Amino acid sequence: MRTLTKRVFNTSRATAETTAETDQSQEAAMSEPLLALRIESESTGTGEAFGRLEGDEPVARDTVTPRPARENSRHAQAHESAIKHVTGRARYIDDLPAPHGALHAMVGLSDVAHGRITRLDLGAVMEMPGVIDVITAQHIPGHRDIGPVFPGDPMLADEEVSYVGQPLFAIAATSYLEARRAVKAAVVEIAPLPPRFDPVAAADAGEFVRPTHVQMSGDWQQALEHAPHVLEAEQFVGGQEHFYLEGQACLVVPGEDEGVTVYTSNQHPSETQKLVAEVLDIPFHAVTVENRRMGGGFGGKETQAAPWACMAALLARRTGRAIRLRLPRAEDTRATGKRHPFHNRYRLGFDDEGVILGGDMTLIGDCGHSPDLSEAVVDRAMFHADNAYSLGAARVTGHRARTHMASNTAFRGFGGPQGMMIVEQAMDDIARHVGEDPLTVRKRNLYRIGRDTTHYGQHVDQYPLMVEIIERLERSSDYWQRRDEIRAFNRQSAVIKRGLALTPVKFGISFTAKHLNQAGALLHVYTDGSVMINHGGTEMGQGLHTKVCQVVARELGIDFESVRISATRTDKVPNTSPTAASSGADLNGMAARDAATQIRQRLLDFAAEHYQFDREGLHLENGKLVSDIGAVTPAVSWGELIQAAYLGRVSLSATGFYSTPLIHYDRDSGQGRPFYYFAYGASVSEVRVDTLSGEYRVERVDILHDVGDSLNPAIDLGQVEGGFIQGMGWLTSEELKWNDDGRLLTDGPATYKIPTFGDLPPIFNVELLEGHPNSQASLYRSKAVGEPPFMLGISVWSALRDALSSLTGYRVSPPLDTPATPERVLMAAEALRAGPANVGASR
Amino acid sequence: MMDHESNPPDTEAPCQSSGVTRRTVMKVGAMSATMVPLGVMVPWKASAQPLDDKRQPAPGLAAGNVVEISPRINGTRRTLRVDARTSLLDLLRERLDLVGAKKGCDHGQCGACTVHVNGRRVASCLTLAAKVDGAEVLTIEGISDGQALHPMQQAFIDHDALQCGYCTPGQIMAAIACIEEGHASNAATIREYMSGNICRCGAYNGIVAAVEQIARSVREG
Repeated sequence: MRTLTKRVFNTSRATAETTAETDQSQEAAMSEPLLALRIESESTGTGEAFGRLEGDEPVARDTVTPRPARENSRHAQAHESAIKHVTGRARYIDDLPAPHGALHAMVGLSDVAHGRITRLDLGAVMEMPGVIDVITAQHIPGHRDIGPVFPGDPMLADEEVSYVGQPLFAIAATSYLEARRAVKAAVVEIAPLPPRFDPVAAADAGEFVRPTHVQMSGDWQQALEHAPHVLEAEQFVGGQEHFYLEGQACLVVPGEDEGVTVYTSNQHPSETQKLVAEVLDIPFHAVTVENRRMGGGFGGKETQAAPWACMAALLARRTGRAIRLRLPRAEDTRATGKRHPFHNRYRLGFDDEGVILGGDMTLIGDCGHSPDLSEAVVDRAMFHADNAYSLGAARVTGHRARTHMASNTAFRGFGGPQGMMIVEQAMDDIARHVGEDPLTVRKRNLYRIGRDTTHYGQHVDQYPLMVEIIERLERSSDYWQRRDEIRAFNRQSAVIKRGLALTPVKFGISFTAKHLNQAGALLHVYTDGSVMINHGGTEMGQGLHTKVCQVVARELGIDFESVRISATRTDKVPNTSPTAASSGADLNGMAARDAATQIRQRLLDFAAEHYQFDREGLHLENGKLVSDIGAVTPAVSWGELIQAAYLGRVSLSATGFYSTPLIHYDRDSGQGRPFYYFAYGASVSEVRVDTLSGEYRVERVDILHDVGDSLNPAIDLGQVEGGFIQGMGWLTSEELKWNDDGRLLTDGPATYKIPTFGDLPPIFNVELLEGHPNSQASLYRSKAVGEPPFMLGISVWSALRDALSSLTGYRVSPPLDTPATPERVLMAAEALRAGPANVGASR
Repeated sequence: MMDHESNPPDTEAPCQSSGVTRRTVMKVGAMSATMVPLGVMVPWKASAQPLDDKRQPAPGLAAGNVVEISPRINGTRRTLRVDARTSLLDLLRERLDLVGAKKGCDHGQCGACTVHVNGRRVASCLTLAAKVDGAEVLTIEGISDGQALHPMQQAFIDHDALQCGYCTPGQIMAAIACIEEGHASNAATIREYMSGNICRCGAYNGIVAAVEQIARSVREG
């Protein structure tokens, strides 16, 4: 029996436990001979499955052989800032003491979705009490367009406005209240132009922010022609507001040269450094960007934290004073982009068993007014239109529709969840059509031998894991027994209907923009033996800094407490990638490991010579120098070794670097291996629906999730639980509403409902799959955990459809757009009661 | 942090202890307007001496809007002059450097600003500073005893009841109150009575477990 790291939570037993760790790698080898063999054969076969392409660097060598689990890395180490968090001493941007004379900035936003600015009179603003400076696009010395990847995002609107909430001007005043008041004195006249809010109409009209992309595998038309059954349907998948609890905020301090130091709540300091420098027309080295932690990011601070830093930086340079900028919640919500809403369609052919033979899928992402990250977001939706299933001979088309909305952006999953939704709808629909349980059809469609390559040409490594996860979860959640009970219950109950669904997740790990898959680290050992590590990743609550400190402690054989991270700073580690795509630990942990490995080698080389020890077998463990061959006498502690190394003039500082091997993708052919590996998981949700009111409750959730060999089970469990809850919120209660003028109405927690304690399933069993190390040479064979669990929430939506379907004796698969609010559930129920002719779509 | 000397002289008026009752808000306000320098009327962080000659007093902040209050904050009596419209949250964060309570939504809907006033939990962003005159105010900074953590703080660490940490001070203040109110008898009750505090990271499981553990230890003495 493998041990599972699990947290069981329910009202009756109310226990929360984390089982003791065991030596997983050995146990894995014993209990999983097939998998272990598979790993071996791959490592010796192609020669490229592990490590870097060259294959001979220390990082690569070390990862081929799993190290014994003696290191403290496997401990469920608490968050490195935990004590600061619980005492209120952890400082976020707005908690930082500002320098003397700091000013408060505020931003004037457009009230019109689309139009031409005919008058922008800020004379009255300048006369308002406390106002020191006012800027418009005309005052920008450098780049006016701060589009992060492609142009299209003016820092301040110049002639045309493209959405309600678009920044028009910014001011600096001596107090926050004065700044807020002064903004309202602006005289703004905008001649309206016809706005476009419907992405489908935009796509029909060819209004795109980026060109359409197509992926194809085999002859999809022939597959459709010859398929015994063909179904088609469409769905609307709603967006999502990030609602990071710490809003967009920065503090910019002008420096003694032409530059600035920017403290910002930000997932991408290097990009903000670049954009600030370009706006100010100064070299990058004149701008330093620092982030210690964020009060939540979720993708909302990947590109969209930069504009505020740019505005504050310009005001700081002009006034010579520090600038604080903190957006009020409602303005933050209106001015920044969200998760892309999607309109998806499928037309799929399948056999009598419900196995997909091929077909066509179209995904239309609502990108808002500019490209931002939408090229990659829609790509990732396309890469996940298969989720865990082989699509056979399929074509997947992704459109990037331009609408007059805030530019939609990264959000945990980055399009992946929206792409998965269409195939999960198809699974339910096909199951109803062939008269099988949806789980049966899902299992039949999973990647397997002979059907193990995606529609974009990537071989699905470790696909047997998906089968194992589902089968174990079937058993642990009593799926079939509960299925029988629920069917019996629903036959008796006219109004209250229960629903059950198991949905899998297969999520590709790597930035699909290849160049972003790199990371750097900077490691210093000071002469008292304390260690400072800096890396390119940012901390937003996901525990990245904790994991990186664990890595360094493990490599150097010292306590976790001996290792510290100061902050993420562009002057410590340059040219970094955003902390995104779940890759924070994969990339930065590897870079930190590289740096620590160099230091370790230096120290051991030095020790062998200095103390006359045999170099072979020498290593660092538990704060001491030890040897596998013979005793180290006299004993040498870490501190003594460092002292001696310093006196011996050994460099105690190193930079580390990592780039993900093997990945490639050719956009022209739509084929490649964009992902280093896949992370897997599955969830079972049970719901209870009042079909006369549409109200429902999630009664029980069971999750089994794959994180490879966990770097930190406590943190990973938190990511899985939190990801599920956020995904559930996206599909159920979090509804974005705009009025006919394109103004967001749900701009605060009173109207935008994110899950709260009461939405927690009363029974919530979450386990990490153990004993299955990553088949690729990732950081200690771990897997990324930031985004994949988000999509576990899809089982709640599918369970709602299941409950609704019971109204028709499970013959009809009801369309259910998201978020599946009680209102939408009620409308779906009424349509079903009115008869199949009124159900539309999937018949 | 708590002593008078550390506050900028122009954002915190000297303590005036004699003769003013807590009920004479308007009278005190009028008096203050004539007595104290300009900066007092703008009790925000950046209102240190104006560096720009252009700066004029904000008309809306002049006479009649300043009150003197004397709450006990984390056990220390403070006498403060504040704009009558200042929220307790802004008083704590902008004047007293007690930044543990966070401004999440500023509309009393997220719970990140939760503190205790006379033993009851309140959303400090919706509580006027003027209303805590004479009251006991307890913030996250005041619940631990020196270096020793409050049991609820330790329980949050032990149960991984946090991720980004931004909601955590508010969650802990709400959790302590939740138990003191007698609303922590089981997980379902805890979920109901903690529902005013949002955690966007979704660390709810751990928080409920932490509250349950402390509630149990309180029950069992």
